[in-house]
Amino acid sequence: MFVFIIRRMLQMIPVVLGVILVVFLIMQMVPGDPAVLLAGESATKEQVAQLREQLGLNQPLYMQYFEYVKNVATGDLGTSVRSGRPVAEEIFTRLPVTVELAFWSIIVTTVLGLLAGIISATKQYSISDISIMIVALLGVSLPNFWLGLMLILGFAVNFQIFPVSGWGSFMHVVLPAITLGTAGAAIVARMTRSSMLEVISQDYIRTAKAKGVKQTYIVYKHALKNALIPVITVVGLQFGALLGGTVLTESVFAINGLGRLIIDAIRMRDLPVVQGSILVVSILFVIVNMFVDIAYRLLNKRVDLN
Amino acid sequence: MTEQEKILDVKDLKTYFYVDDEEIPAVDGVDFSINKGETLGIVGESGCGKSITSLSVMQLVPNPPGKIVGGEINFKGENLLQKTEDELRKIRGNEISMIFQEPMTSLNPVYTVGEQIAEAIRIHQKKGRKEAFKQAVKMLELVGIPSPEERAKQEPHQLSGGMRQRVVIAMALACNPELLIADEPTTALDVTIQAQILDLLKELQKEFNSAIMFITHDLGVVADTCDKVVVMYAGKVVEHTDVDSLFESPKHPYTRGLLNSIPRIDEDQEELEAIDGNVPSPTNRPKGCAFAPRCPFAQEICHEKTPDLEEVDQVKARCWIYTDQWQGENPIEEGGEVANVGS
Repeated sequence: MFVFIIRRMLQMIPVVLGVILVVFLIMQMVPGDPAVLLAGESATKEQVAQLREQLGLNQPLYMQYFEYVKNVATGDLGTSVRSGRPVAEEIFTRLPVTVELAFWSIIVTTVLGLLAGIISATKQYSISDISIMIVALLGVSLPNFWLGLMLILGFAVNFQIFPVSGWGSFMHVVLPAITLGTAGAAIVARMTRSSMLEVISQDYIRTAKAKGVKQTYIVYKHALKNALIPVITVVGLQFGALLGGTVLTESVFAINGLGRLIIDAIRMRDLPVVQGSILVVSILFVIVNMFVDIAYRLLNKRVDLN
Repeated sequence: MTEQEKILDVKDLKTYFYVDDEEIPAVDGVDFSINKGETLGIVGESGCGKSITSLSVMQLVPNPPGKIVGGEINFKGENLLQKTEDELRKIRGNEISMIFQEPMTSLNPVYTVGEQIAEAIRIHQKKGRKEAFKQAVKMLELVGIPSPEERAKQEPHQLSGGMRQRVVIAMALACNPELLIADEPTTALDVTIQAQILDLLKELQKEFNSAIMFITHDLGVVADTCDKVVVMYAGKVVEHTDVDSLFESPKHPYTRGLLNSIPRIDEDQEELEAIDGNVPSPTNRPKGCAFAPRCPFAQEICHEKTPDLEEVDQVKARCWIYTDQWQGENPIEEGGEVANVGS
């Protein structure tokens, strides 16, 4: 297992290099000359040329790429055009907020999704099953910014249980985490239901019953561990969608996280910040995927990822 | 049967399935009994209701669509159908346990085989995790698995089919059950492994003095292992007999047909004899005796009324031939010895 984890971590290196390349190329394709943007409209041609020289923009593309990789490796993501501060600093002051939001959202996604899915599967075709599946369908279909606004209207404006916006206490986390986690929870619930239903009809569940195992143990021990295998994959994928979702959710709830930093940076054409943020989010996703693989392996030793 | 203690006595068991508002009588009034330490074979073609009978005894018939609608299942004098789910759970895996047909899928793929055997011990004998695991290793040794300590820590996918079936047997015997239900335990295995598993079951039966209810469609296996035999056809018992009478003087025309369809080593046969036709679909059973449409001797009454299971020469058969209503000679009696199967 230890060897497997080390190997899996080493495998991340080429993936991250690939991610850097894609992010770098996308930024190259953005219309407009960064040097012109940086220098401002009143700058002379000489000033722009000088800036270009200074930023290394007149070097061949591959040289620029190597330069960029080298900088990233030493933790230098460039300087923000807007604030003049290092991009890494800008990102890492915002990152903890987004990570916390993502953490609570994924808790909402898994806990709510699993519970709903298990209840649905064990009481197939009952009223609770049907209602859970209708709510799940709604959950998948609702855009999360709309859900966020409705939650604010309901639980922050009308009932004033939670704060309308901002960040700081646990009460601030509740509404954004629900907003961000709901779609995932709905998908996880549907996945858990179908996966559980398949597992419950297996012969080894009948064997467990014939052994005299209690119904609750059959569901939570014998069935769930098998049913979780496909669900883990979905949760991992949901994490990616969730990181994308932070951009909207943070805007709706006025949370100063990475998502909002990206939106602001795009609006201000602050390309180094955009580039850096996307890179950090992508690496985060790669790391989460690694954990998914490890969890997968722990649950199902038949998987030989070596 | 009075001098021996009946461990299981099934009376008029009816298990019906309800699919699309249709009633399917899978098991339709089955009677049989098993004495302590005895092996009862239940034989019949696919779809005759033998597996459902065994699942009914354990009350593991999937509900819905299945439901036990009538009868009694008396185990040690108590009717299991009147027990609560909690009471049943204490009996399952402890006093009655079951070996299933499919060794490849009967074990949970994500737990070690040792854990799975130990689970039954922990539930019924209230033993600690470590102690139960030790006993599980002993059980693996008992069923002839080499290096049981290492095997106990492996998962089912690391074991062959024969080994897995040994694990299933170890699991079923872990709590020393008084009744063991074996539902075609050797069907999925190749012939050499099959012989080993049958020998193992016989040995273990001697050691634990369990009664065995052995479900099979293989008459060779019956000859090899059983004391008594129940022959089922279309959800009903057609013959309840001992193993010697079964092979020497089968009473029911269906039993005769089954025996005739076995290849014989002492005769030069070009083609095997088969029983014409198919088992009637449970949704559309004929009026009268269900075997009548395939029976070479059927008379008018056979197509009209279902005969009762009646005593004939100390065994029981469900056939009009043995009643006053039968017209003419008994067509079966002249046959004598019909087949010579097994060891």
